[in-house]
Amino acid sequence: MAIETRERQQVSEEAQREPQLGAHLVLQALVREGVEVIFGYPGGAILPVYDALPYYPIHHILVRHEQSAAFAADGYARATGTVGVCMATSGPGATNLVTGLANAMMDSIPIVAITGQVPQSVIGMDAFQETDITGITLPITKYNMVIRSIDQIGPAIQKAFYLARSGRPGPVLIDIPKDVQLAKGFLAPRQELHLPGYRPTIVPHRRQIRRAAELIRQAKRPLILAGHGILISGATEELVRFAERTQIPVGLTLLGIGGFPASHPLCLGMVGMHGHAHANRAIHEADVIIGIGMRFDDRVTGRPSEFAPNAKIIHIDIDPAEIGKVLKTEVPVVGDARQALRLLLEELEPLEHDDWLSLIRSWYRSIRTEPSGPNGILQPQYVIARLHALTDGKAIVTTDVGQHQMWTAQLYKCDIPKQWISSGGLGAMGFGVPSAMGAAIGRPEAEVWAVVGDGGVQMTLNEFATIVDEQLNVKVAIINNGYLGMVRQWQQLFHNRNYSETPISSPDYVLLGQAYRMAARRVTRPGEVDEAILWARSFRGPALIEFVVNQEENVFPMIPSGGTFRDMIDEYQVEGEW
Amino acid sequence: MSVRSHTLVVLVEDKPGVMNRIVSLFRQRGFNIDSIAVGHSETPGLSRITLVAQGDDRKIEQLVKQLYKILEVIKITDVTDENLIQRELALIKVTATDRNRSDIMRLVTDVYQARIVDATPDSLIIEVAGPPDKIDSLITMVRSYGIKELARSGVIAMARGTRAVAAVPQPVVA
Repeated sequence: MAIETRERQQVSEEAQREPQLGAHLVLQALVREGVEVIFGYPGGAILPVYDALPYYPIHHILVRHEQSAAFAADGYARATGTVGVCMATSGPGATNLVTGLANAMMDSIPIVAITGQVPQSVIGMDAFQETDITGITLPITKYNMVIRSIDQIGPAIQKAFYLARSGRPGPVLIDIPKDVQLAKGFLAPRQELHLPGYRPTIVPHRRQIRRAAELIRQAKRPLILAGHGILISGATEELVRFAERTQIPVGLTLLGIGGFPASHPLCLGMVGMHGHAHANRAIHEADVIIGIGMRFDDRVTGRPSEFAPNAKIIHIDIDPAEIGKVLKTEVPVVGDARQALRLLLEELEPLEHDDWLSLIRSWYRSIRTEPSGPNGILQPQYVIARLHALTDGKAIVTTDVGQHQMWTAQLYKCDIPKQWISSGGLGAMGFGVPSAMGAAIGRPEAEVWAVVGDGGVQMTLNEFATIVDEQLNVKVAIINNGYLGMVRQWQQLFHNRNYSETPISSPDYVLLGQAYRMAARRVTRPGEVDEAILWARSFRGPALIEFVVNQEENVFPMIPSGGTFRDMIDEYQVEGEW
Repeated sequence: MSVRSHTLVVLVEDKPGVMNRIVSLFRQRGFNIDSIAVGHSETPGLSRITLVAQGDDRKIEQLVKQLYKILEVIKITDVTDENLIQRELALIKVTATDRNRSDIMRLVTDVYQARIVDATPDSLIIEVAGPPDKIDSLITMVRSYGIKELARSGVIAMARGTRAVAAVPQPVVA
């Protein structure tokens, strides 16, 4: 299993002698599953659990909004490779988790959400703070359940963690009525789970591997598209060996970033709507595409009927429902990415594709990173490029959603897994700050940069309080262009510059940072960028830098939504390495 | 690929909320259910759902894969191309008068081998079982008399021959 477990088999013997409140059993079961951190927010229907919480070796992080608890658990899971846990009360507490659960579902992130529920005696009575959270979260959880009796606490929590981290990971929600928390009983020992309808295929069929190997052998212009599955299964080493042996270049999806080193000569960087032009061109010219742990999302394919028009598709994924969903697949391979790559390595002898690789390299261009635009104002791309250079490309970087996210994906070149944390499938603004919080809790030794826009940061900047409470090593870089920039870009390009409701004001971020007791600076000139980044790095703990950048800068290259490679706008590329 | 009617036999764990998950998946993924019938199977603890849905083979394959992701779904068999016995039960309450009652009764019993299970001075209830097209046909025939009420059970299906759609006992996985 790729997602790590930290199960502790023993709960103190003492705890087993006397019948205990369900609330204690919940926490004992969580400790037994290896939980060290919970991001949560108390309330009436979860009060018994909070009453018991101080007696357990669990670090509870009091967030300022439950959405951030789910996002933080997500960031924690991505940064550590373990299951993240969030907790909320019934009703509004539970519904506030919804966006975070949907985000984890789309991006296959293992989180377990625990919600309090009104007592079973009043369920269905429209009781105070009652909401049907299992009904609400049905399509946005991998699984959810209501614990209806105290003897189910142990098995349900064990099952939740197993489901969250195994197969294609995802969020699992456990709803616990208050009467179950207040009942008395014993924690059932961990036992083998009986899940007859859940049997993820881990090791692929050898026959499919052989068919894939044969197609790869015949290919003249093969291309790997590596996705999040590489990171989830921990397949980076195998992917590097596979690419090197077969001399096949690697394009990355947004969530595949870090799964293959950006500085590797075979790495083409990100593909898709804002992917590098050479990488998208390679897709267009390829004769065989090997998709590994990715799902041919529309942000990758554009118009599916025009995607990779010359290529046969080998699709490796642990979720059989992803194969054939978007594209006709020549060779489907169901299984764990790492296992599949290991088997492929056994089948394949060294290959050469010198002509193909030099052809792709002849297309290389750089994203522009000049310090200032024609108007002399600071350019956002320059900020990201400097951040990459000054942190030696080694920070954990979280982002919000929008232009800054794409610039960071293009320019903050990640060489190792679990350093790139971004909301992919759901595209959830407000993700950057709380996910940085989760990452910093999970990896306290790391330097964490939350690169956010002036739109997204205003959705979750209440978490500055949490970051300061916990003195987390989170540096918030606000790329402030005074607009909801990506929406404005679409308005400029596709809606005749009708900037409807996209100009957005901001508070004085320096004063705001100070109000939260957070060291804060503003940068308006290119010459101040390095100094500010070095300043933020010169101490451990929270820092905020507002970068005031060019207002109408666009993200390029761009393949418009539903478009094809031929529709790509890439006027901003210049000579040089990508 | 051509759109046609597919009949799926789905074996599921008999637990609360399972039907909700299945029906919700159809809505979420934009599939229409033509017919759905649920009942016990030969195995205690397992329910058998017979689903009829329209789609081309690729769309139905995608539906089957999505259904398999529901934890409680044990086995799905597309029996469309099997030599199939399909049965549905319908109760039809029709308006009947002294003048036409015997016509209706003759039609129902002689032509369709159906039964009259209730009669009042101005109505009859017809009970008919059989393949859905037979029921459609009977409904067409009696519509002119005036249908006051119609209830259909949804189709159940079973392939002819000795081979059975059965859940294989599964090993414990965790």
